[in-house]
Amino acid sequence: MFRRSEQDKRPQVQIFVDGVAVAARQGDTVSAALLVSGQDARRSTAVSGAPRLPYCMMGVCFDCLVTIDGVGNRQGCLVPVAEGMQIEIQKGKREIGK
Amino acid sequence: MTVAPKREAYDVVVIGAGPAGLAAAATSAEAGLTTLLLDENVGPGGQVFRAISSTPVTDRNQLGADYWVGADLVQSLRASSAEVIHRATVWSLDRNLDIAVSIGGASAFVKAKRVILATGALERPFPIPGWTLPGVMTAGAAQTMLKSSALVPDGRTVMAGQGPLLWLLAAQILRLGGRIDRILDTTERGNYFAALPHAFAFLTSPYFAKGLSMMREVKAKVQVVSGVTELAAAGDGQLASVSYVAGGKRETIPADLLLLHQGVVPNVNLAMAAGIEHRWDDLQLCWSPVLDASGNSSVAGIAIAGDGAGIGGANAAVVRGRIAARAAVEALAPAATAKLAPMAMLRADLAKAERGRVFLDALFRPAPQFRIPAGDTIVCRCEEVTAKDVLDSVAIGATGPNQLKAYRRTGMGPCQGRLCGLTVTELMAQARGKTPQEIGYYRLRAPVKPITLAELAAVPKTEDDIKAVVRG
Repeated sequence: MFRRSEQDKRPQVQIFVDGVAVAARQGDTVSAALLVSGQDARRSTAVSGAPRLPYCMMGVCFDCLVTIDGVGNRQGCLVPVAEGMQIEIQKGKREIGK
Repeated sequence: MTVAPKREAYDVVVIGAGPAGLAAAATSAEAGLTTLLLDENVGPGGQVFRAISSTPVTDRNQLGADYWVGADLVQSLRASSAEVIHRATVWSLDRNLDIAVSIGGASAFVKAKRVILATGALERPFPIPGWTLPGVMTAGAAQTMLKSSALVPDGRTVMAGQGPLLWLLAAQILRLGGRIDRILDTTERGNYFAALPHAFAFLTSPYFAKGLSMMREVKAKVQVVSGVTELAAAGDGQLASVSYVAGGKRETIPADLLLLHQGVVPNVNLAMAAGIEHRWDDLQLCWSPVLDASGNSSVAGIAIAGDGAGIGGANAAVVRGRIAARAAVEALAPAATAKLAPMAMLRADLAKAERGRVFLDALFRPAPQFRIPAGDTIVCRCEEVTAKDVLDSVAIGATGPNQLKAYRRTGMGPCQGRLCGLTVTELMAQARGKTPQEIGYYRLRAPVKPITLAELAAVPKTEDDIKAVVRG
């Protein structure tokens, strides 16, 4: 769907998506890193379980919700990647305490 | 990196670090007022100057001269004494000018003598069949990734809609070597006539020459279909095709990515939650705050600058930011205004920056069928409520957006109506034969962005707070 432009010389940052190592770049948001990763990053909604990917990338649509380092329902489009970050793709409703 | 505000109280708190907020905060701080700028993003720039301090797209021609103007604004701000906090989400603002802001998972509270809201705009909802499918995004979303991470569309890409941003983005994608298979232009033919009386101001504005050359650049490389009157996305769990009708002829094309855009509208959530009066704008088809010439709202001490004050574009936003900040300085430290540009000069700058805007509003007024959906098309993305669901609720007595919440939970999901509010208002207005102004909008309340219960529970409590809820 997206690819990186060759001119991007930013250093790599390694994140984990459902345990799989993914190479992101410093300054990527979690959502941008997921969209360019080639991984299936579709979450499923809490209401019907329908698959979704980010829609607005600017913090308003909440279709980018992911679990980041154990904290659920984070807006992936507003959080920059960090080395070793653990991302979980959300399927359905959140559990209490997550 | 969690930095709480250094003070408990400021002369001026500016919310949002886009063009208006950057200019307002720099102006206020230059005049010697204690100034705090709070912004939700990782760095300054808002949407139009997104990633201005960090973009990997370093060839200046690719993003264009209008983008790099943002670097000067950031430089002025950094040269000033304004305190700036990023990744700071303001979740409450009230009539006492008390502000609650979430920073790194913890809330801080600050008080302001004046607040300048510069929360900008968001893209107008584009509720077509299939718009919730993975692979359907806004044009702004693609532009955000292009600016901040140098990402470009790679698979079969269709862009659809209308307005200056669509063409700017298309040009930028092509300059970076990205792929666009087709552009579907939804501008209504009748709009050209409606816009004609305003053409002189537009032809003599800077928009004209820039817009024309950008459209030429794009049309030389991409097939553009104009007069598109119907649009739908389809696929099983993922976008597979886009179908459209142009000139009465239907066509379906395979697609991996569909980028939608039909203009931007003010981001009203924080302003409305603060109790600021808004009115329906019949030309721009959105809610706009009721403001005086300096941006002052119906709530004493709160001004709105930038596109949140009504869509005017980046140049106008910068000037509105300066005007709102100057008005704050006039109120709090009149002697310091000597350091600032005179109000008369700023008002002349604003008139110049707004030149041609009415033409654009009339030309790119989105067609009814792309604003007011029917049948199974989803209106509320969060709660997955369709147009038919809304109309069924109207049939059994739902009178407006707030009643509809009780029937269908529209607007009660995490986006808090940002992606369905305008659609719900217009859909209900049409169904009930009333104006959008009569139908009204969701009653918005704090927290305007979701925060965790743990964060809320950790908020410091006074003796009075505890007495208010503890018995005995």
